[in-house]
Amino acid sequence: MPIKRLLVANRGEIAVRIIRASRELGINTIQAYSEADANSLPVKLADEAVFVGQAPAPRSYLNIEAITGAALKTQADAIHPGYGFLAENAQFAEAVEKAGLTFVGPHSTTIEIMGDKAKARQAAHSVGLATVPGSPGRVENMAEAEDALKEIGFPVLIKAAAGGGGRGIRTAHSIEEFRKLAPQARQEAKNAFGDAGIYLEALVRNARHVEVQIVGDGTNAVHYFERECSLQRRRQKIWEEAPASNLPAERREDICQAAAEFAASIGYKGAGTLEFLYDPYREQFYFLEMNTRIQVEHPVTEFVTGVDLVREAIRVADGAPISRKQRDIFLNGHSIECRINAEDPANGFMPSPGTINSLTVPGGPGVRFDTMLFPGCSIPPFYDSLVGKLVVWDECRASAIRRMHRALSELSIEGIKTTTPLHMALCWDPDVIGGNIHTAFLDGWLAAWRTRSEEKGGNC
Amino acid sequence: MSDQHIVSPLPGIFYRRPAPDQPPYKEAGDRIAEGDTLGLVEVMKSFHELNSDRSGTISKFLVENEGAIIAGQPIVEVED
Repeated sequence: MPIKRLLVANRGEIAVRIIRASRELGINTIQAYSEADANSLPVKLADEAVFVGQAPAPRSYLNIEAITGAALKTQADAIHPGYGFLAENAQFAEAVEKAGLTFVGPHSTTIEIMGDKAKARQAAHSVGLATVPGSPGRVENMAEAEDALKEIGFPVLIKAAAGGGGRGIRTAHSIEEFRKLAPQARQEAKNAFGDAGIYLEALVRNARHVEVQIVGDGTNAVHYFERECSLQRRRQKIWEEAPASNLPAERREDICQAAAEFAASIGYKGAGTLEFLYDPYREQFYFLEMNTRIQVEHPVTEFVTGVDLVREAIRVADGAPISRKQRDIFLNGHSIECRINAEDPANGFMPSPGTINSLTVPGGPGVRFDTMLFPGCSIPPFYDSLVGKLVVWDECRASAIRRMHRALSELSIEGIKTTTPLHMALCWDPDVIGGNIHTAFLDGWLAAWRTRSEEKGGNC
Repeated sequence: MSDQHIVSPLPGIFYRRPAPDQPPYKEAGDRIAEGDTLGLVEVMKSFHELNSDRSGTISKFLVENEGAIIAGQPIVEVED
């Protein structure tokens, strides 16, 4: 049954992105919106819109009954969850399946397995993907934990089995510290995810975050090469690239191939991402987790491979086979994405909701700006701070960085504070330009940046 | 004796508890001192404490738990 009417169960820039892809496929869109988003860009762009509840996300975008009810009421035949909110909620996917609607994403059981990080690691092991040395699964008690720690050593990360987005992670440097932190980690995991399960993982120094984009149709799967997302603030990605630079070519090929094989082995349907830590000393990739949805940073992959990932994911959800064979997928040039967040980098990244007074969007060759902003629109305080993604492509990494700086200098968003000045500074940084980055790089860099700008007397 | 309001400088979602399974920071009728935490405001997924800028007794909460608030909105009514 071909998709004709798609409910967009998300907001912001990704809702705009989904509406655009749908329109090109000849699919009508129905935008689900909360009270705070009644005048938002996706509501204006979609063919129809349906109210799903009050501004706080648990009462609207996270409300499974409200979303599935809205789909049935508007006679949608499919639901696109975007990223965040209900995108990786197996219960939601199951509710969509049970309502007889097409879920744009993998089957609910796949989401369930990949959503339990301990189960996901076991699935990865079974196809030969290495994981960071850690506990084989959940650790249920202190004796089990201390056994596992004899193998893993210190420093060690304590992670929530049901976790994600960097939440609920603690670092212990000694057994004494571990004994203190483990009960706290359990409590926090229970509060945040309703599941006190924890597992342990060695901390890899100067680790880089490398992830492989895959697309599957339930039978076959291909990879669209990798992205590097090592520039992170408090474990949130803020700058992403494709491809990753300075990786041994053979190791990189192996991991991309293995990711596609993994996706095929689980009968994966849709766009997904396997996240890896790369240990630059051991020259080893370690599987971290699989995200069973479109990623925020998908445009960098689109730029270097020429694929439209959002369109491709809707097509396979609709029953079509993947459109390209692996041998027809090539890398071309280099792409970078900077996340433009409504946060004030000069004031501890304080969130900055508000109204957009004026907007100037960068243009020119190799520049793309995915956003829900328009002059006069309001940025509500209830949701994520991402307001735009500035993405550039150029022939090589060095020129892509110069192009990014040029595009950032054209971008003007008045009415709110944004992370634009931070990205401008990163474009000039010798370590960023040299590719000497790792996942802990930015937090240290920011501390130094703050000191420098205070010495200069204020403005970053 | 006069009623005074404690306002939130931030917009977002107001929480009366530090975590869903914990008791509220304060109840109506409680004595409070300057600097006491009255609740949390979630703005764009980051949490900020709402602290009292005066001492007194809470006469009532003007916003329900998990209610949406705007910047400058009175949250708590306090009497001397």
